[in-house]
Amino acid sequence: MKAESANIVEIRNLHFRRGAKVIFDGANLDIPRGKVTAIMGPSGCGKTTLLRLIGAQYAPDAGSILIDGKDITTMSKKELFHMRSHLGMLFQSGALFTDLSVFENVAFPLREHTNLPEKMIYDLVLMKLQAVGLRGAHTLMPQELSGGMARRVALARAIALDPDFIMYDEPFTGLDPISMGVLVQLIRLLNDALGITSILVSHDIHETIGIADHVYLISNGRVVGSGSPEDLMNSDDAWVRQFMQALPDGPVPFHYPAQSYADDLWGPQRC
Amino acid sequence: MLVTYFYNVGHRTISFFEDVGRASVTIFNAIFNKPEFVRGTARLIKQIYAVGVLSLLVILVSGFFIGMVLGLQGYTILSKFGADQALGELIALSMVRELGPVIGALLFAGRAGSALTAEIGLMKTTEQLSSMEMMGIDPLHRIIAPRFWAGQISLPILTLIFNAVAIIGGYLVGVVWLGVDDGAFWGNMQLSVDFREDVVNGIIKSTVFAAVISWIAVFQGVDSIPTSEGISRATTRTVVYSSLCILGLDFFLTAVMFRGT
Amino acid sequence: MKLNRFEIWVGFFVVLGIASLLMLALQVSGLSNFYNTESGYEVKASFANIGGLKVRSKVTISGVTVGRVVSIALDQNQYGEYNALVTLSINDHFNKIPEDSSAKILTAGLLGDNYIGIVPGQAEEYLKNGSTLELTSQAMLLEDLISKFAVGGEK
Repeated sequence: MKAESANIVEIRNLHFRRGAKVIFDGANLDIPRGKVTAIMGPSGCGKTTLLRLIGAQYAPDAGSILIDGKDITTMSKKELFHMRSHLGMLFQSGALFTDLSVFENVAFPLREHTNLPEKMIYDLVLMKLQAVGLRGAHTLMPQELSGGMARRVALARAIALDPDFIMYDEPFTGLDPISMGVLVQLIRLLNDALGITSILVSHDIHETIGIADHVYLISNGRVVGSGSPEDLMNSDDAWVRQFMQALPDGPVPFHYPAQSYADDLWGPQRC
Repeated sequence: MLVTYFYNVGHRTISFFEDVGRASVTIFNAIFNKPEFVRGTARLIKQIYAVGVLSLLVILVSGFFIGMVLGLQGYTILSKFGADQALGELIALSMVRELGPVIGALLFAGRAGSALTAEIGLMKTTEQLSSMEMMGIDPLHRIIAPRFWAGQISLPILTLIFNAVAIIGGYLVGVVWLGVDDGAFWGNMQLSVDFREDVVNGIIKSTVFAAVISWIAVFQGVDSIPTSEGISRATTRTVVYSSLCILGLDFFLTAVMFRGT
Repeated sequence: MKLNRFEIWVGFFVVLGIASLLMLALQVSGLSNFYNTESGYEVKASFANIGGLKVRSKVTISGVTVGRVVSIALDQNQYGEYNALVTLSINDHFNKIPEDSSAKILTAGLLGDNYIGIVPGQAEEYLKNGSTLELTSQAMLLEDLISKFAVGGEK
């Protein structure tokens, strides 16, 4: 491998729009190697879109996304598929293949990308499942798993090919406190034990800042704050404060923009 | 007003071409990928099971009943002219040329086509397709291609079975129950049904229908809006579009194949 | 193993499909004639005109089916007249049909199929494989009947 730069992902001047809605309007992000980087922001600000852009499932309208120094926006389809085999992604729902057992789900990327003998695949899959604590569940079908377990299986599948970095899309949504605690632990542990880079998209502030080394805050298509969790907690920027301390009103208004309340109720356009 | 009208018509036309274009590219990419024989065969077999074998029951039962109804109706009409010996001919020709491919395809669209769309749509909704793509595996190749080919292979086989069962059903009603002469039943059938002209043309028809149904079903699944409402709409569209295409194409195929016979 | 179940079913499915194809080919479109289970003896009869008689048309005595038409060929006798030479296969059960029986071509209903009716004679000898029915009467053709009526009274 070539000399490794400090940042595994570098995003410059990212522009992306979907229909008429502008999602990114000149965002710049650096994801440092070997760290847990959290990307936070209110719902609908494009966090998940950002992950899809990094995974090249969407193409940006302008700007560049560099992974390991290579621009993925100019890659051929073949290069892209090769690049993707070096990254893992944990989807919000887990996205397990419902027609395959837990074992086959984890074995899936190994079978597709390697020609390992069956015995080795068996050992590897059980090792990965052991890492997430679900070795005993390898014969179950995804329908038989709880939400937290499904996400851990998906995590085992994401690390099956020993990726360079893993992207977590809202991993804590809809989990009970115990499952959430387990997952928080796992993300940090895997990051340190396997020496991989983690990108964590979430709006669960407490869980996220507990394990993140670096945090980006995104709003209206731009990076509005970045730094270590402590820096952001103590920031005096009004927007950052509102988000980090979960205040109901502030720069982000409680009300969706509308005409005057009185006009709506007594105005001429009543139906 | 008029401008808006023209604008709408133009917009619809363009989006129609856009849809057809996208559907073509999807299917082109899915089919013309380098095949992997060992793994591909196992997947294909699983899909033929899901698409073909699971449709077998509905095909068997409806084929049997359609044959029996044809036997009964045909007999009442033909016996008025004292031509009940032509019953075998009537049943076999109408099944092999027309009813077999068309009704078989309609049943297939309802049973297997809608299931394909729903399955792929659900995979899309639950991000299974995305996650596969993120693993560096092309879902078109892995998910779409075996399903398309399974449909393409299964429907002609189902149609053959459908025809055979219907003729047996017609035989039971016509010969065993209503007492049409056994030899006249088969003899007239064999004289009037030509293997090349009728049986093979029927198979060609059902092959064309299979391609159209599988194509529509797979594309509607991939193109569905990933919500439960989106999937239900996509499933409906699969059945409606397939049925319309089958009936429309059937006219053209019949005109080309059986004109003058 | 799990995959086995699919393979068995798909195998069954394909075999069923091939069986249906064979049935459509042999039984329905009569691609081959090796399907012939009735054992019988063959008798020939020549007719001046067979009308719509076909291979596999039935052969009856007093309305009871006793056999089938096996083949129809064109034949020319010693006077140069053309005749249709029809070969009948009569089931072995009916082995006591007198040798001097006559064969008629009859029509089921007004527009129905033609078939052969055998009217038994008085002889002590019975028909056997290779015999010929000498007394035959040709098919009653609707066209001929109509033209007779049209010309009027001419018998």
